[in-house]
Amino acid sequence: MLQEHGAKVEREKYHVIITNEIIDEALKTVPESFKLFDVIGNQTHDFSEHNVYFTPGSAALNILDYNSGEIRKPTTADYARYAKLVSRLDHIASQSTAFIPTDVHEKISDSYRLYLSLLFCEKPVVTGAFTIEAFDIMRDLQLALRGTKEGLAAKPLTILSCCPTSPLKWSDVTSQNVVDCAEYSIPVEFVSMPLSGFMAPVTLVGTLVQHTAETLSGVVISQLTNPGAPVLYGGSPAIFDVRYETTPMGAVETQMIDCAYNEIGKHLGMPTQGYISLSDAKQLDAQSGLESSMGATLAALSGINNISGPGMLDFESCQSLEKLVLDNEICGMTLRMIKGIEPKEDFPSLPRFEELLKEKHLLISRHTMRYLSEEFYLPGSVIDRANRARWQEEGGKTLLERAHTGVEKLVRECVPSRLPDDKKNELTKLMEREARRYGMSSLPHIDS
Amino acid sequence: MDILKEISVRLQQGDDERVCELTRQAVEKKVPPRAILDEGLIGGMNIIGERYKAHEIFLPQVLLAAKAMYAGTDVLRPLFVKEGMPAIGKVVIGSVQGDLHDIGKNLVGIMLKGAGFEVIDLGNDVPPERFVETAEKEDAAVIGISALLTTTMPVMKRTVDLLEEKGLRTKIRTIIGGAPISEEFAKQIGADAYGYDSTNAVESVKRLIMANESD
Ligand code: B12
Repeated sequence: MLQEHGAKVEREKYHVIITNEIIDEALKTVPESFKLFDVIGNQTHDFSEHNVYFTPGSAALNILDYNSGEIRKPTTADYARYAKLVSRLDHIASQSTAFIPTDVHEKISDSYRLYLSLLFCEKPVVTGAFTIEAFDIMRDLQLALRGTKEGLAAKPLTILSCCPTSPLKWSDVTSQNVVDCAEYSIPVEFVSMPLSGFMAPVTLVGTLVQHTAETLSGVVISQLTNPGAPVLYGGSPAIFDVRYETTPMGAVETQMIDCAYNEIGKHLGMPTQGYISLSDAKQLDAQSGLESSMGATLAALSGINNISGPGMLDFESCQSLEKLVLDNEICGMTLRMIKGIEPKEDFPSLPRFEELLKEKHLLISRHTMRYLSEEFYLPGSVIDRANRARWQEEGGKTLLERAHTGVEKLVRECVPSRLPDDKKNELTKLMEREARRYGMSSLPHIDS
Repeated sequence: MDILKEISVRLQQGDDERVCELTRQAVEKKVPPRAILDEGLIGGMNIIGERYKAHEIFLPQVLLAAKAMYAGTDVLRPLFVKEGMPAIGKVVIGSVQGDLHDIGKNLVGIMLKGAGFEVIDLGNDVPPERFVETAEKEDAAVIGISALLTTTMPVMKRTVDLLEEKGLRTKIRTIIGGAPISEEFAKQIGADAYGYDSTNAVESVKRLIMANESD
């Protein structure tokens, strides 16, 4: 395909040289914006301009278990709890397939996440395939909900993450995933991960050059397959910590790279994504709060359209439901921040102050009643705003305890997805058929 | 300064040209090649390893030292033509079948080489049969397998099982690593060791080889 469009292909070396003309051609057709729709078909996202949405960090290896305080491999039951929780987190606009349930055959565990997400939560899903084959079932699950290929193209339901391999490589798996998504107009987020100083230049500029080339090559594959296919100009770059051999997502330089490529993506005319609001801490400690908030703040101010990360700890390897509840507040505060400061019946000012002097307070003023909920974001009880005596009387709970209370409450109060039963059954039939291909006679039992 | 000591010091400074030169001089002075290797080169690398672990130096300094070490071993190699370059052991490494992540595995490979092991790197997406066949053919002491995906972890067990089937489990030891792997998982699938970073991997492989020699 690339050759047909004028790219120079050196087959022996597995090299393709993409020319400026091809890139320009791709940039002409790549959409400036696109919308996302939930399981029911209602619009939830408009990825355009500087609109900002949060999505949980995806594909963790482990889950942080509240009761033991230890990490463990997740199961179907954990996933159902997660999806129900996300359905109740107001400031997290989409789900992600946040971790891999290990109680099903490994060949279906990527697509099975999507199935569970579609059953338990109405929000659209940021996901990804681990193999070429997994795409088929993931597409079929979506077609089952939208009816036809055209129906799905008109109302995209998921975003697939597709990762080039630094430096400048595309594996069979991810390049095929890009092609397959483009054919069905399923949005793709490109997740290039140059590691500064290791698999990319140590300078932030050098890393950005590499990130740009890797991401543009993805845009080319997508647009040549199907001009106009929706994409997010995304990434998960990181600096490489030369002491611990790790890829810190909470490092300020990592977050600077994210904000900078966001500007490049916007300049090139695409909506953007970034793995930026997450932490490398191992538990819900101060580090976990500071790294996630710094990332969320920078990302929102930069206008990264799809901000990935909430819930995630430990270098993208561990999801925590308690952290999700905390991060939901970080997202809420951040979304409030970017609404900014605006006059609301503030001028002329004199009447307001006359009222204050007369009444001695403004607590029940009409102005207050009208604008209180717009002006203040009042966080849930995970954020401690009690005075000390009240905090003590209410049990003197730690952040982790408060977050856990939040998880329990929200999961308990979750209302089942409004997806009609016949659609749910269709999804289950498709997933069971896929499971049988790999010798599983049934799927794990799920308490609804 | 004693020439072996100087080789070690220069190696720690990552001065590959000087290490090459000094190694040549030592050979001319009839210092036994084995001593140059063990006391000069590997001796220097061991100190580097300790200092890295203690965060006194960082990864780039370690790799520079390793480069200096190769400069020295290149000089020594022709002297070992008959018996072959003495390596503290041969290790076959690769990323498990289905897994394209290889950064961590590559780093482990570099560090093992730096510590004096002969490393045969099979790349990524390596099926169990290739691990076992290569280790058998090359007479390797250890197979090192890397996995970064939940979904590819189970494939590691097939390599251990294949060794068992072929009656090679006690001759060829296995070590596994990667973000989803734990000590517990290694035990569960019958692997002999687990390593959480490159320094730890080197220590564990050394331990495995020592244990095998004393068997
Ligand atoms: C960089 C990266 C990539 C790069 C890999 C580039 C490359 N050449 O390897 C790219 C972008 C290509 C990539 C692709 C994908 N990735 Co990836 N990736 C990562 C990331 C962020 C860092 C891995 C890394 O290099 N770390 C730095 C190195 C130095 O550390 P390390 O690998 O852990 O190795 C150290 C130790 O573990 C140990 N060790 C490692 N191997 C061995 C072996 C032995 C014998 C020993 C003793 C020790 C040892 O020593 C090493 C040195 O310190 C991880 C997150 C994470 N926390 O691991 C995700 C991660 C592993 N990827 C993930 C996913 C989902 C994918 C994709 C499926 C995404 C997609 N849909 O396209 C594809 C994989 C396709 C496939 N079939 O393989 C998930 C795993 C999900 C899961 N539950 O299984 C993770 C956890 C991120 C996430 N949450 O989404 N990825």
